[in-house]
Amino acid sequence: MDKMKETVLEYIVDEYLDEDDEDEVSYDSPLISSGIVDSFSMVSLKRFIENKYSIKLPDEEATPEAFDTVNSICRLVNKHLG
Amino acid sequence: MSNIGSYEERMQNFDWEIAKDVLDWKEGELLNIGAICSDRICSRGDGKKTALIWEGFGDKSARYTFDDLRVYSNGFAEFLTDHGIEPGDRVCLFMDKIPSLYFSFLGVLKLGAIAQPLFSAFGDESLEVRLASAGTRAIITTRKHVRKVRKIKDRLPDLEKIIVVEGNPDKLKEGEIFFDVENSPRVEKFDVYQSSAETPSVLHYTSGTTGQPKGALHVHNSVWGQALTASWVLDLQDDDIYWCTADPGWVTGTSYGIIGPWALGATQCVLDSGFTSSRWYKFIQDNRITVWYSAPTAIRALMKDGNDLVGEFDLSSLRHLASVGEPLNAEAVIWSGEVFDGLKFHDTFWQTETGSMMITNYPGMEIRPGSMGMPFPGINAAVLDLTTHEPLNEAGKVGLIAFRPGWPSMFRQYWKKPDIYRSKFVGASENAMPDELRTNSDIWYVSGDRASIDKDGYYWFVGRDDDVINTGGHLVGPFEIESALVEHEAIAEAAAVGKPDKVNMEVVKAFVTLKPGFEPSDDLELDIMNFIRKRLSPLAMPQEIEYRDKLPKTRSGKIVRRYLRAIEWGEEVGDISSLSDE
Repeated sequence: MDKMKETVLEYIVDEYLDEDDEDEVSYDSPLISSGIVDSFSMVSLKRFIENKYSIKLPDEEATPEAFDTVNSICRLVNKHLG
Repeated sequence: MSNIGSYEERMQNFDWEIAKDVLDWKEGELLNIGAICSDRICSRGDGKKTALIWEGFGDKSARYTFDDLRVYSNGFAEFLTDHGIEPGDRVCLFMDKIPSLYFSFLGVLKLGAIAQPLFSAFGDESLEVRLASAGTRAIITTRKHVRKVRKIKDRLPDLEKIIVVEGNPDKLKEGEIFFDVENSPRVEKFDVYQSSAETPSVLHYTSGTTGQPKGALHVHNSVWGQALTASWVLDLQDDDIYWCTADPGWVTGTSYGIIGPWALGATQCVLDSGFTSSRWYKFIQDNRITVWYSAPTAIRALMKDGNDLVGEFDLSSLRHLASVGEPLNAEAVIWSGEVFDGLKFHDTFWQTETGSMMITNYPGMEIRPGSMGMPFPGINAAVLDLTTHEPLNEAGKVGLIAFRPGWPSMFRQYWKKPDIYRSKFVGASENAMPDELRTNSDIWYVSGDRASIDKDGYYWFVGRDDDVINTGGHLVGPFEIESALVEHEAIAEAAAVGKPDKVNMEVVKAFVTLKPGFEPSDDLELDIMNFIRKRLSPLAMPQEIEYRDKLPKTRSGKIVRRYLRAIEWGEEVGDISSLSDE
C-alpha cells in the first residue's frame, strides 16, 4: 500500500504540479476539491492508474470524491486488485 | 410575480428601450459597463449592499459590497493607467475565480481598455495563440499561472506588462509587477473613460472548425441585452442571492457572472473550488442561494451522485434554476423537478457571439423537457433550410438556427478577421463590412447549430452544423487539437472529433497514425493525453486515442472528420465517394 501511495503521489506531483510549485501535497491533500486536478484531467489520472495496476475502474466508482486524495484513490485501487 | 410577467405580452410590446427602464437609466448617463456595475449602484444608494460572496478552497471566504467593487475596480483602473495602459488596449485576465478577477474586469472597462478573459486552465500554447492574435498589451495573473506566461512572453512582442495579483511578491521574475488591490490605498475616485455604445469592451475567444480560435469583440452597448435577460430570464430581484457557476474565462461567466447581475445590483456568489457534488450543495445551503444558473455537464454530474445526497442538504432557499452551455437533456430537467422541490432547470441557448440569451425558457412558461424554449422578445429568430437558407415554416423540419442582426449584445467583429465575420451571415453582399452586417436586419446571422421548431413555437436542438466539439459546454476546435497532436514526437497525422459522453455530452477522441519507430501502447496513449492537456487545456485532452494505419482522406488529401465522427455517433456516414482509396 505504501509503495502504491508513493507511486500515485509521485505521478500527481510530476504531472499536475509545476517544478517550483509551493504547494505541499501529501497522501491526504485534496486533489479535486482543491483544483490541483480538474474533472477533465481526472481522466488521465484514472488512465495512469488503470495502466499501472492493470485494472479497470468503473466510471460510477471513479467519482471526484473517490479521487480526491491519494489515500482514497489507493483504497479504490486495492478494492479492484482484490 | 416574475419580472417578465406574460411572455406573450412582452413579445407584442417589445422595445430594447425597456432595458433602460429596468435599470432606471436616463439619457446622457455614462455608458460604461465598469461604472454601471459598481459606481452606478453606489450612486443609487446601494453601496453597502453585498455584491460578492466569495468562497475558495478550504476555509477561505470573503464578502464585498458594491462600494468595495467601486473602490477596488478604481484601484485596478488607476494602477493600469499609471503603467501606461490606454483605452483600446487589450488586457488579458488569466486567473482562477478569485475576487481580483472580478475587480480587474470592471477596472479594465473603467479605463476604456478591452478585457480579454481567458480560462485559467489553458496551457501555454492555447494562451500564446490568443495573446498573439489580440496583440495583448498587459496580462493580469497569479503566481500559479504566471509560469505559463513566462514560457511564451519572449514570443509576444506586444505583451509589455505582466501583473501578478496573488502569491509571494518575492518570487516574481524581472519585468513582472506585483499588485494587491485589497492591501493598496483605496482609490475613492477614478475618472472613468467616457465610453459610448460602440466602444469595445470584452474580447472572448471562441473556437471554430478551421483555423485558430477567433476573438469575438463586444461593446459597452451589450449591457442592455445582458441586463434585460438577467432580469426576465434569470428573474433576478432585489433580495436574490444568485450563483452563476461559470468561469469568466468563458462568455457566460462575464455576461451572467458579472455584467447582467451587477448592472441590476444583484448579490452574486462565486465558488472558486474544484467540483464535488457535496461541495456545491453545501455552498447553496450555506449562502441561502435563491437563483442558480449552471450547466448541463454539472447537472448530470450531480444526477450521477444520486438523490440521497441532495437530501442531506437544506436547499429550500432555491426558487429559480437555469442552465446553459449545451442542450439540457429531458432527463435532467425532470430530475431537477423531482429533487429540488418542483423546480426545473430552465434551458437557455446563446453563444459567445450573441453575447446574451437568444432562445430560452421563461419563468412561468410551460417547460417542455429537452426543448430550448422560445426566442427572447426582440430577437427575430428562425430555422433556415440547410440548402436554400430560407426560413422553414414546417413544424419539426431541421434547419440552421439564425437571427436577424441588431440586438444590443451582438458581437461587432472577429478580431481583425472581417472575412470570417462575413462568412457567419447569409444574404450579405460580398464586400460588406462588419458595421453593415451587424445592422442589416434583412440578412441572417447563422449560429452554426441545427434545430427544429414544433407547432407551438418551441425550439428543439439537434446538433452542431460543423465539426466543433462541445465538451462540458465549451467549444473546442478540432484544428487546434490536431495541430498540437502532430507536434508530439510519435504522431504523423491526426484527426480530432467529438464522441458521445453521458456527462459532458461530447468528449474529444483522437485518431492518429504513428511515425516509423513508434508502436501503439497504453503508455503512449497516456503520454499523448497529457501532452495535449498541458499544451492546450484539460478540455482539449483526448479522452480516447485510436491508432490507425491511415486516416480517411479525400482524393486531394484532406482528412475527412465527418466520416470518423459519424462512426463514433453511430450515424450514417453519408456519401463517401470522394474518399481516397489509398
